[in-house]
Amino acid sequence: MREERWWTWHILASVVILVFLGLHMVIMHLEAIVGIFNPEPGHPIEWANVLSRMKSAGFMVSYIVLLGAALFHGLYGLRNILFELNPGAGTKKALTFLFVVGGLALFAFGAWAAWQSFALAQAIPTTARSL
Amino acid sequence: MTNIPTEVVFKIRRFDPAVDQQPHREEYRIPYTHGLTVLDGLKKIKEVASPSLAWRSSCRMGVCGSCGMFINGRPRLACNTQITELGTNVVLVAPLPNFKIVRDLVPDLMPMFDAHVALHPYIVREDVKEQYEPTGEFFQSSHEVEQYLQFSYCIKCGCCMAACPTYATDATYSGPMPLTSAHRYNADTRDDGFKMRKPPLAGERGPWRCHYAGECSRVCPKGVDPGKAIQLMKRELVLDYLHLLKHGCPAKVGGAPKGIKRRDNIPDAPAPTMPNAPKIEPRSP
Repeated sequence: MREERWWTWHILASVVILVFLGLHMVIMHLEAIVGIFNPEPGHPIEWANVLSRMKSAGFMVSYIVLLGAALFHGLYGLRNILFELNPGAGTKKALTFLFVVGGLALFAFGAWAAWQSFALAQAIPTTARSL
Repeated sequence: MTNIPTEVVFKIRRFDPAVDQQPHREEYRIPYTHGLTVLDGLKKIKEVASPSLAWRSSCRMGVCGSCGMFINGRPRLACNTQITELGTNVVLVAPLPNFKIVRDLVPDLMPMFDAHVALHPYIVREDVKEQYEPTGEFFQSSHEVEQYLQFSYCIKCGCCMAACPTYATDATYSGPMPLTSAHRYNADTRDDGFKMRKPPLAGERGPWRCHYAGECSRVCPKGVDPGKAIQLMKRELVLDYLHLLKHGCPAKVGGAPKGIKRRDNIPDAPAPTMPNAPKIEPRSP
């Protein structure tokens, strides 16, 4: 049953990645055509535009969701590749444990970083030109 | 092949576990005759050169699935493979890969059949009595038949298993043939055995190791397309996990046709050849 559940989340995570990477491409590379999430004139990586996205709670949440989806998708895929080397049952259990614990640790660290950057951005006035 | 050969060279992998430590290759030359198949060639070799040569075959017409072999680098049915379609007069014959060798060209297919049986490849219904003593026919539309018809053409020859790169390395993987067979019954509206097949399918033996190399579909001599069946099975299991799978099963039993008379020119069924044979007990789901 576990493989069915993990495979389903693997597929759902790929959809999440597809949506967020698509959004990234639109924001960063189609700014002249679409122009979303770039309130200030200039390039999407101009400080004012970066700061406005950092101040957004929606962006902070999307970073965390993307992080979770990418970690799960990537680590489950890597686990599958390693399982194809036909390791023993004990090694399989150890690998699964390692990936679950390692994935959770990376997710916690990434989510903490996203929260910290969001909190930091709230303290910076919109008119500030640099840190 | 533009030139019809006058002679065919068979290079056959031989192995007798009672005598040999390792498989070795032996070469035989036989004259080409019109329409010569690989199976015909093997029979000629057994007849004139090597009576001890062993292989499995039965029907000679691609129906029984016995004569699956590794012919010129590809799993094929020996009876269905013409020498002329190989494009050379040198024929390399070996037993199907991914199986242990019993002797010469005879692979041990028991692991495949064990995996097959474990997935309950038969119609499973609550109304067991109806299956063995039917009161009518099960309703099934032509569209519903098309959902499994292609997969029911499987003859269990093992060519897909021999071609599968995942089955070659992963002993826990059920393999294309058993999974296709399980999907054939899951897709059959007369069947209600999805819950029974789900535990092995949703676990490590299920379709999750398949990464769609597609070799099984390429080599299948009956055009069954096991790769497609496995992907459809993945979709079915994912939808089931998300509670989005629509169960239209099992098909209802229709009443006996009314207003239809038996044609006069249809003879009666012959009397049972074994009138006192013991009755077969229905299998419980």
